[in-house]
Formats: sequence, structure tokens, C-alpha cells
Amino acid sequence: MRHLISILVENEAGALSRISGLFSARGYNIESLTVAPTEDASMSRMTIVTSGSDDVVEQITKQLNKLIDVVKVVDLSEAEHIERELMLIKVRAGQKEREDMKRMADIFRGRIIDVSDNTYTIELTGDGRKLDAFIQALDQGTIIETVRTGTSGIGRGNRILRV
Amino acid sequence: MDRVKASALSGAEIVVRCLQEEAVEYVFGYPGGAVLFIYDELFKQDKVKHVLVRHEQGAVHAADGYSRSSQKVGVALVTSGPGVTNAVTGIATAYMDSIPMVVITGQVPTHAIGLDAFQECDTVGITRPIVKHNMLVKDVKDLATAMKKAFHIATTGRPGPVVIDIPKDVTAAVTEYHYPETVAMRSYNPVRKGHAGQIRKAVQLLSEAQRPMIYTGGGVILSDSSELLRELVKLTGFPCTNTLMGLGSYPATDKQFLGMPGMHGTYECNNAMQHSDVLLAIGARFDDRVIGNPAHFASNPRKIIHIDIDPSSISKRVKVDVPIVGNIPDVLDELIKLLRAAPKTDIKPWGKQIEEWRAKDCLKYDRSSKIIKPQFVLEKLYEITKGDAFVTSDVGQHQMWAAQFYKFDKPRRWINSGGLGTMGFGLPAAMGAQMANPGATVACVTGESSIQMCLQELSTCKQYRLPIKIVNLNNKYMGMVRQWQQFFHGNRYSESYMDALPDFVKLAEGYGHRGILVEKPADVEPALREAFANKKELYFLDFITDQTENVYPMIPGGKGNTEMILSEDL
Repeated sequence: MRHLISILVENEAGALSRISGLFSARGYNIESLTVAPTEDASMSRMTIVTSGSDDVVEQITKQLNKLIDVVKVVDLSEAEHIERELMLIKVRAGQKEREDMKRMADIFRGRIIDVSDNTYTIELTGDGRKLDAFIQALDQGTIIETVRTGTSGIGRGNRILRV
Repeated sequence: MDRVKASALSGAEIVVRCLQEEAVEYVFGYPGGAVLFIYDELFKQDKVKHVLVRHEQGAVHAADGYSRSSQKVGVALVTSGPGVTNAVTGIATAYMDSIPMVVITGQVPTHAIGLDAFQECDTVGITRPIVKHNMLVKDVKDLATAMKKAFHIATTGRPGPVVIDIPKDVTAAVTEYHYPETVAMRSYNPVRKGHAGQIRKAVQLLSEAQRPMIYTGGGVILSDSSELLRELVKLTGFPCTNTLMGLGSYPATDKQFLGMPGMHGTYECNNAMQHSDVLLAIGARFDDRVIGNPAHFASNPRKIIHIDIDPSSISKRVKVDVPIVGNIPDVLDELIKLLRAAPKTDIKPWGKQIEEWRAKDCLKYDRSSKIIKPQFVLEKLYEITKGDAFVTSDVGQHQMWAAQFYKFDKPRRWINSGGLGTMGFGLPAAMGAQMANPGATVACVTGESSIQMCLQELSTCKQYRLPIKIVNLNNKYMGMVRQWQQFFHGNRYSESYMDALPDFVKLAEGYGHRGILVEKPADVEPALREAFANKKELYFLDFITDQTENVYPMIPGGKGNTEMILSEDL
């Protein structure tokens, strides 16, 4: 089963490698990992998308909690939550394709953020499935380059992860 | 000097002052370029004594043996680069067995880090998966706090080694020194008290159990809960086993003790583990060498109560019914209090069943042999030291025989590398144990293969006049490898024969020690008596033992606890 694990971690040198190292050392999957500082500069927030049986995910959260730099861990996928990912995708957009490409971006509520003679760069946010769907919807030959941030998540309503 | 009064000190002075603040008695180490300033400060004082080893692996094992035999923190000091990489085996050994240790490592100057400087390695990166925590101190202002944190983290919660990496320029830089009394960390607050509701559930299960069993590991020793365990076993009348890491927490001479569980555990113990209806696990981790195949273990339904300070040890390999996360003494205190008032079930039929298993006498061996049987040497060792020695071991057959035949009645007397299984551990660990317990009898049970892995420390033993007794069970084979090859690889003894062995007696004498070659069973006792009567000198006792002797019982890898191979004599 897919799980979205959110981690608050001290903003110390090497904290990221402790966490990624734990996953590789114990053979846990990482589908994606995102990290950036929070409003409190002394802490970073990390979202890891992983998959495994309930037993494995229980071990993952326990092992993460055991790391000295880790302040808090929560499995967001245990309850209602929102997840988002940002994608930048560069597509072929010559005179012939321009109109179509613009329309596709609009349908998916993407924004064209860079234009050249023969390319568009489109910015798109949503959950992973929406980004996948956009890629699927395009003529594969028109895709030049994609870059995705990986998933970030937050609990709904009163589900809060902070110190 | 007043603890709180600030004064300007160099990083190196701060390191030594912090060690003094922590009442560190011995530092085991080896100097080198990156730690020269620290060594200079050690030279200028005499509170913290330095023990010069002959290889950094020895330093860390010695600090480890010091800690295991004394409940104090082990401290090692090594230089950058090769100093660190040599120490890695020692750090991993301590990590696997949860030993509280602080390892101070020198690093190249901060401006040189990342430039492939002479004797540079990524210490924090290399040691990351084998430490409880590690840190690189880049600013001398952070040094005192980092040292305090290192000792705090190493000794609290589930203990473990902490590496503190200090660049050379940081040891030279000067700052106001203030050693914090305490250190608060929002990300690290180990629990103490167990959950009251869970403890009540445990009491309920225990008081209704028909076939109860108490199974305890290294955690009972690490948390100094041996007395409470004895109280619990006495109070309940339940049978008890200690794992390889837990031997001595319950007296091996008591009839409620069933011997060790697991791969080379006793017949009665493995059967009782398998057929119990309520299993109380305390500070143990259901290791693969203890329960064998988890599916086979689970095939007999039983309720499991698990007390441990580390939540990640619970339900890792075996699903637990009543997890109790907490500090063992705190939890046992509560548990004993409640059990006193709880009703008791008649467990006599269970006791009878256990006695039937025990009657199998699974550790029986040929006592009439003309060749020295290793088991015989250990029985004699037990007899002559009156069961009161600190016994360290290396890894292999000799380790298992020592665990089976030396009846440990006290905690911290049995010192071995259980988790990592590090050959070469025994001699340096014995040095640490002897340092921590001057005047005590310290024996290193080893084999001709293991002893050669840290043999250079014989020189350290001479320098510090450590009267360790080395009991070398010499069968000219890596015995445990040979045993597996006999059982599982068609008697093809691939590279397990130890050819070109040195004359160990001459070797010991070369280092300034005494040595005795023992080739006949009748000479075993006199040799041991001579060696142990001598309180001043190290003895290397080279026992030429039966090459074909195997450790029984044995559970083959991947098999279940009751699928033991027993000795052919049974």
C-alpha cells in the first residue's frame, strides 16, 4: 500500500542523508522525497512517499522516530489529507501545435510560464495522478523535458503536524 | 574549578575538560596528526588516563569491554582517515549490542574538508549507519555542548555509540568554555514509565498463564535490572531464559533457569519457548539466532508481552500482543507490584514437562575422550575461577561453548559480540574489562583463528601489566565454519583449516608474557590452576582440542526452534 509520511526534522547538516540512508539500509522503498525549511528556520519538513505492508510502514515510522534529528513523524495517509506536486514540462510548440497546446494546458489548469519560438514551458500542480494524466494526454512526441518536485502533503482541517 | 565559571580554552582543552566533567577514567586510543592538540592536552593532566592500543579496532573494543563490564561509558579517541576506518568494526560491534560509547575522531581542518586531504575520510558518512548518533563539530563554540550531547545520547534510552568528529583547526581555536549541566533536545526524549493499561493487561495474561516463560536479553543487563528480574522470577515461579546477550542476569545455577535459547540453546529452553502459552520478553529482540524461522515460531499460538525501551524492537520480527515501551526497571517495578496482588495459576504440569525436556541432558559430551574436549576446558575454567571471572570471548564454537558451559550467576561477567559477531573482539574487550575491574579475574576464551585478528594487543597488555588469562581452544580450524561445512556443504572444508599457526607459547613469550601448551586432558586443570594463581602476569593457554567436535544442539539456519540437531551421543 502507498503511504505518505510527513517528517519534521532538525535543520542539521546531514539530516537528509540520515533519513535517505535509513531507507536504503533497511530496504524500504522511496517513491519520492521532498524537503524544505518550514516557517521555523531551525526545522525542515519532509514528505516521503513509500509503499509497503502495514508491518513495514509501522517499522518505517518507528525507525524514523528513532533518528536523533527527527522531531516528529506522521503517516498522513492514515486519514484525510491533501497532496500536491509541481511539474514543469517543456513541450514542442511550433506554429502548428501552439493552439492545441495552450488549450490542453488550460483544461488541466496549467500555466504557460516560458515561451520560445518552438517551445512552451507549462507549470502544473496537482496530485501525482493529475500530473500523470496530463503527460498521458499529450502527444508523446511533443514532450521535450519534464521535471517534478515529488509529492508534498498536509493533513485536512485540524490534523496538524508541528512542535 | 567552578563548573559554571566561564574561561577561554582551546578546543583540545575543552575536549579534555569535558571528559573530566563526565568523570571519564580511561580513554582508549591511538594518536595521529588530526588529534595532536588533544593528545597534547591529555599529556598536561593526569585525571583522564590514556591507554595506548596497537590498532584502533582494539581501542574501540577495549572501550566497549570497559563499558560492558562496568556500566560506565566507554571512550575511544582516534585520528582521522585510517584511524576512523580501523575503528569502524569496533563501532559497529558496539552498535549492534547497544553499548554506550563516545568515540572522538580527529578530522582534517575545516578548510580542507572535501578536498581529498591527507588522511581525510567522510567520518560522519561512513559511521552513520552504525552509530546511535554522530556529529561533525565545525565551530569550537559548539564543542562543549556537542560533547555533553554525545554522552547524554550514548547513555540514555536504548544506549549506543556516538561519534563526535572534530576538525584539527577546531581543536586549536579558542573560545569561552562552559560545560552545560544538562542538555534538552526537542527531538530526543526517551520514555521511562510504561503504559499503565498495558502493564495491567500483562498482569492479567501472566496470572492466567498455564505455560509461562520469561525470556530476557541484553536490555536487562544494560538497564541494570538483574535484581528486579530475580525478584520477578522468584515471585512468579516461572521458568526463565537469558539470551547470549543476557547471560548472568538470572543465575545460571538456579533451577528455574533453562539455559540459553536459540541456535545453540538448550533442548529444554527451545522447547519451552516454542510451547509456552504466555511469553514475557524483556529487553530482547526476537533475533534470528534466538527464534529461528519466525513462521515456525508463530505456528504455536502464544500470547507475547514485550517490554523494551526501543519501540522499533517491538513487533519487528514477531507480532506482539502486549507491547510495553518503557525503561525496564520502571516497568518491572510496576509489574512486580501488581503481580504480588494477582491470583496464581498452578503451573506444576508445565514444570514437569520442562524437567522431562531437561532430562535429555542436551549438552552431554564424551568425558572419556583421550583428546581434550573444548567443553571440558570450559567446565574446568568455571570450576577453577569459581564462576566469578569476567569472561570475554571471540566468535565461533568457543563462544557458544563458553555460553553453554560457564554458568554465569552475575550480570556483566559475560562479554561477547553477540549482534555483529566480531572475531577479534575478545582480547581487547578483556583489556577494557581488566581496566574497569582491577584485581578481578579476567579470562578471554578464544580460538586460534579469532585470537589472530587482534593479536597485536598482547603488546598493550604488557605495557599496562594486564594479567588476562587467554584460554585458546585450538582445533586448527575456524571451528564454526568447519561445522557448517560438515553439516551443510558436504564436508568440503573450504578454506577453514588454519595452517601455519604460530607457536603460541613462544609468541606469548615474545611479547613478555607466559604461555603453556596443553595437549592432554590430564594437563588441563594444572595449567589452568597455574595460570589463574598468578595475579601478575598474562598467560596464553594453548589447548589443543578435538578437531571434529561440534556445538550441540544446533538449529540449522531457517529452521524452527524445535528442529534441533542433537549430539550423536544422545
